[in-house]
Amino acid sequence: MTAKTATSASDSVSARAVAALSGVKSEPGITKPDEILVAENINRHFGGLVAVDVDRLSVQRASITALIGPNGAGKTTFFNVLAGFDTPDAGTWRYENHELRNKAAYKIAQLGMVRTFQLTKVLAKMTVLENMRLGAQRQLGERILAAPFPFAWSGQEEQVTERALTLLRRFNLYEKKDDFAGTMSGGQRKLLEMARALMTDPTMIMLDEPMAGVNPALTQSLLGHIKELREEGLTVLFIEHDMDAVRDISDWVVVMAQGRIIAEGPPASVMRDKAVIDAYLGAHHDEELTKSGESLTQNKKAKST
Amino acid sequence: MDWGQIFVISITAMVGSTTIIYALAALGLNIQFGYTGLLNFGQAGFAAIGAYSVAVVTATLGQSLWLSIFIGLIGAVIFGLILGIPTLRLRADYLAIVTIAAAEVIRQTVRSVSLNEYFGGSDGITGKYAREFYSFNPFDQAISWGPIQFNSAQASWITVVGWVLIGLIVLLTWLLVRSPWGRVVKSIREDENASRSLGKNVYFYKMQALILGGVVGSLAGIYWAIDAQSVQPDNYSSRFTFFAYTILILGGAARVFGPVVGSIIFWFILVFIGESLTQLVATGIIPDTILRSDQIGQVRFMLVGLALMLLIVYRPQGIFGDKRELALDDR
Ligand SMILES: Nc1ncnc2c1ncn2[C@@H]1O[C@H](COP(=O)(O)OP(=O)(O)OP(=O)(O)O)[C@@H](O)[C@H]1O
Ligand SMILES: [Mg+2]
Repeated sequence: MTAKTATSASDSVSARAVAALSGVKSEPGITKPDEILVAENINRHFGGLVAVDVDRLSVQRASITALIGPNGAGKTTFFNVLAGFDTPDAGTWRYENHELRNKAAYKIAQLGMVRTFQLTKVLAKMTVLENMRLGAQRQLGERILAAPFPFAWSGQEEQVTERALTLLRRFNLYEKKDDFAGTMSGGQRKLLEMARALMTDPTMIMLDEPMAGVNPALTQSLLGHIKELREEGLTVLFIEHDMDAVRDISDWVVVMAQGRIIAEGPPASVMRDKAVIDAYLGAHHDEELTKSGESLTQNKKAKST
Repeated sequence: MDWGQIFVISITAMVGSTTIIYALAALGLNIQFGYTGLLNFGQAGFAAIGAYSVAVVTATLGQSLWLSIFIGLIGAVIFGLILGIPTLRLRADYLAIVTIAAAEVIRQTVRSVSLNEYFGGSDGITGKYAREFYSFNPFDQAISWGPIQFNSAQASWITVVGWVLIGLIVLLTWLLVRSPWGRVVKSIREDENASRSLGKNVYFYKMQALILGGVVGSLAGIYWAIDAQSVQPDNYSSRFTFFAYTILILGGAARVFGPVVGSIIFWFILVFIGESLTQLVATGIIPDTILRSDQIGQVRFMLVGLALMLLIVYRPQGIFGDKRELALDDR
């Protein structure tokens, strides 16, 4: 019964998010009705290689936005720039009312915009629970002058632990809480990293391939977790290669190729977009085959049966 | 051969001044390197600042010893800032390069001929400048405790003070590393970007650790200057730093008691081997053709080196370390 109410709640939130975006045109860089993050003219090159060249990106608050694109499209580099882990050659970006250019990564995280990494960065030599506690913000015991006096921070530590355990239960990691994070599998690390990012109590969470290396059964529960975040009012921006997952949970999809945003829109329509298909399969993928169009359809049939 | 005497000398060395000085230096390194992962190769510089502050302010400038200690500690804070500001934002190796060079700059400065009137050149400064400290000596004669025998009332007093100091620093370290502050610095040691992504001001924490460890390092120099009532520049060469690192790794980095136990064992082994060889040569058991008495100083370091190699092979985590943590590196 609880599961049922949860689903219907999730459906209504999702419906609201979709409704909010329904009037928005599918056009790269288009302004969203309630934007939480806006990036403009972001440029990042490595030597001669232009990794990111984004004219404009606007992200709708309390929605799930997917950032997709072929390997090497510049998605991770773009994330790094937005979160302050890399300095762009040009560009400005704004989160809520904060100008983020020249802001240190830790300050951006403190403002409530928290990211995870494509290659997970769990702290292997700390226990799972300690990893989680590290995520909590404004801890008195993290100040060097208060740290030697446990009575000053032990109360807060208890609250932090409580919150950590609740999140660990939710991510099915409770049993592992006292293990070193280094003993966990790749998929479990993805889960821990996401749970740890949530410990910061973010407003917007940026996930770099949260589903990569996670087994299909776990993927389902991860997708569920991400939807729950939207219900709690969080904004989610995530990079993902798994198209089924993208179609399943995202309200809006942004497509990058060769550093540029080439298309954006609701998942169903974006995936039919010619530019998107070209970017994934190569612009000339059908030229050679025009004459032997039959063999292509035959192939498709063979696959579907 | 007088094994009894060798034993007494070695046991006394275990708790003596040298053990205390290096334990302090290694305790500072433990905060920096052990817990935060900062490669400070200039601990000798921090110690030199402490030692020369004491000697210069008292002997050369005629000021109070307590003021000189205070200046030594403030000097370490400033030295830490000067080293940290340009390097702590960069990769870890930059700190290593800058600290080893800066410590050498300090040594060369205090031993330079042109500044002879302040620092005493390569002879350093000697004098009864720590009278204020010894005026508090409650002992009127040398104390002995089991096989441990001090050779003067003064030595007894400074040793007791030294161990109290070590006790306090161990306690502070223990309180710090089990606090949320300790959690942050340990996360920095493992992966700075992970800490940053969780809103931690990595640069600030590294600076705190560098300064705190440096202040503890300067206490080593302050202690040495008061104990010996003399300072010599060449005591603060990079050899000092490397002994402290050896001690830290021997005892087990990132263990609260690691530096203390490491220092005790290091100096016990060194003195024990030295004394044994001296007596073996003196009594002719080891003939002159194999080892002369003037070669013992070098040979004992060779043997200590061998012992350390065996330790690294068979117990890479140090005496106190946790082997499971090392295994986690391989994944
Ligand atoms: N530090 C760097 N130095 C040089 N080139 C880089 C660097 N980081 C990324 N690149 C290049 O920038 C381009 C974009 O890389 P990025 O990691 O952003 O791609 P991505 O879209 O995240 O790809 P994937 O889906 O495979 O993770 C690639 O061509 C990559 O080789
Ligand atoms: Mg990537």
